[in-house]
Amino acid sequence: MTRSNTRAFWLFVGPFAVGLLAFVYVPIGWSVVLSFFDARNTVTPTDFVGLDNYADMLGDTAFLRSLGTFSAFAVFIVPLTAVLSLALALLVNQITVMQAFFRSVFFLPTACSYVVASLVWKLSIFNGVRYGLANTVLGWFGADPIAWTASTDPPWYWLVLVTLRLWLQLGFYMVLFIAGLQRIPRHLYEAAWIDGAKPGWQTLRHITLPQLRTTTVAVLLLNLVAAYQAFDEFYNVLGTARGYPPFARPPLVYLYYTSLGSGGQDFGHGSAGAVLLALLIAAVTLAQGKVITR
Amino acid sequence: MKAVRYLALSIAAVFFLLPFYLIVRNGLATEAEITAQDWTLFPDSLRWENVGELFADPAVPILRSLVNSTVVAVLQTAGQLLFCSLAGYGLARIPYRHANKVFYAVVATLMIPAAVTFVPTFVVVSTLGWVSDLRGLVIPGLFSGFTAFLFRQYFRNFPRELEEAARIDGLGHWGTYWRVVVPNSLGFFAALGVIAFLTSWNQFLWPLVIAQDQDSWTVQVALSVFLTAQSVNVHELFLAAAVSILPLVVVFLVLQRFLVRGVTETGIKG
Repeated sequence: MTRSNTRAFWLFVGPFAVGLLAFVYVPIGWSVVLSFFDARNTVTPTDFVGLDNYADMLGDTAFLRSLGTFSAFAVFIVPLTAVLSLALALLVNQITVMQAFFRSVFFLPTACSYVVASLVWKLSIFNGVRYGLANTVLGWFGADPIAWTASTDPPWYWLVLVTLRLWLQLGFYMVLFIAGLQRIPRHLYEAAWIDGAKPGWQTLRHITLPQLRTTTVAVLLLNLVAAYQAFDEFYNVLGTARGYPPFARPPLVYLYYTSLGSGGQDFGHGSAGAVLLALLIAAVTLAQGKVITR
Repeated sequence: MKAVRYLALSIAAVFFLLPFYLIVRNGLATEAEITAQDWTLFPDSLRWENVGELFADPAVPILRSLVNSTVVAVLQTAGQLLFCSLAGYGLARIPYRHANKVFYAVVATLMIPAAVTFVPTFVVVSTLGWVSDLRGLVIPGLFSGFTAFLFRQYFRNFPRELEEAARIDGLGHWGTYWRVVVPNSLGFFAALGVIAFLTSWNQFLWPLVIAQDQDSWTVQVALSVFLTAQSVNVHELFLAAAVSILPLVVVFLVLQRFLVRGVTETGIKG
């Protein structure tokens, strides 16, 4: 019986395990090796350089700036997403007529890709010329047009990138909050009303929000991890025929141009960067596990 | 109070739908209308000829990229469901001495999102000679530790009585899985399948890295190339975007129930 179970186990798990080994474990292991070599345009390098690649990455202000860019992005996007998606969830959850319609409308952008959203934001809404939609609206109030994506002082491109991501992901997190709201036992509210609490702000503060704690923590962390991996909208909104501007490079954009960009393929530095970024996110994930299971 | 709520929701809904409207509006407008000094909400006429022109334009490989995206998304969805569900079932239900160790090896991969390791994965895939190749686009994305983990959690709560009844009828693990467990889990498969399809269709970084020849571009890569570098008619670009999201909007509207379930399963339990 045990032998046949062993065979059955590997029949089920084996194909997946081989794939996981080949496309997750081997790449990471190989990458760790490559990160100690000078590996320009080769994946089988011979020139051992020790920790030089790591030293270069940590000494590269562009790498550190990319972490700064991520932090700035996260400071805007994480709280805004949490508050706005909760607001949408509360509104949708309270109505009865047309509830499904509104939920679908807010959730619909989930079906859209970041590339398509970038197209609309860059060429239609935040087009820097006078006929762009945002500039047309500004024109109604007599304001001058703004070069949204090319403007670093003030950095208007943040408005473009943050609103884009909000549009795309609010519905997703709203659905999570709605699920959380529907798990709150109804009798908690009834007990509060009997005790004299008024529906509205009081029950929201003393029942709804505390009951949503787990959902809120999940939303914040998912969002943070997603922001860490931001690539698509930065690349597509800010990239032009002349290349990518030197500012606003989040970690993955930085890594993309370092390891695979126009300067040739530099797998030594690219791997060192990947290892550093992976360690950072793994540390965050472990910390989040501690927070959630607490 | 009720009126205020509906007013707020309606205003928000306009903002959420506006981008979709702009895609269609710009896609069916003339180039002159898009760049006109005075912005108009409604173009004078909808130029449906744009659709024929888009598919006839040899400079824009829209048809080829749509085919690529479809093949990649279908294969990736089917493959991910197959490999990850089998693994999840084995881990949940088949007693094996080292099952825990294997499980920890799967869970360990959840700490590092796949996007962060695109350089290492590219190194391996290019060594295999899969650059600009369907295999390179599809295969690395099949083995999601997260999906396998979700399947394991799901199968652990699968009613044991059903499996035991199948066992008494003389079915082994394999027979039980295909004849009893899978047919009774279609809702869960659909939920994760819709998410997998959506994610695969919309993914950008990996196809950008691996699909280097024009023939292997997915639709996201094709759109991005024209958006960031090559000049193209703006209305064609918007129309191509409209065509690219059409299948997903259909999937979304028809299978929204499963999508909502998938989002809650992957979001909360992750």
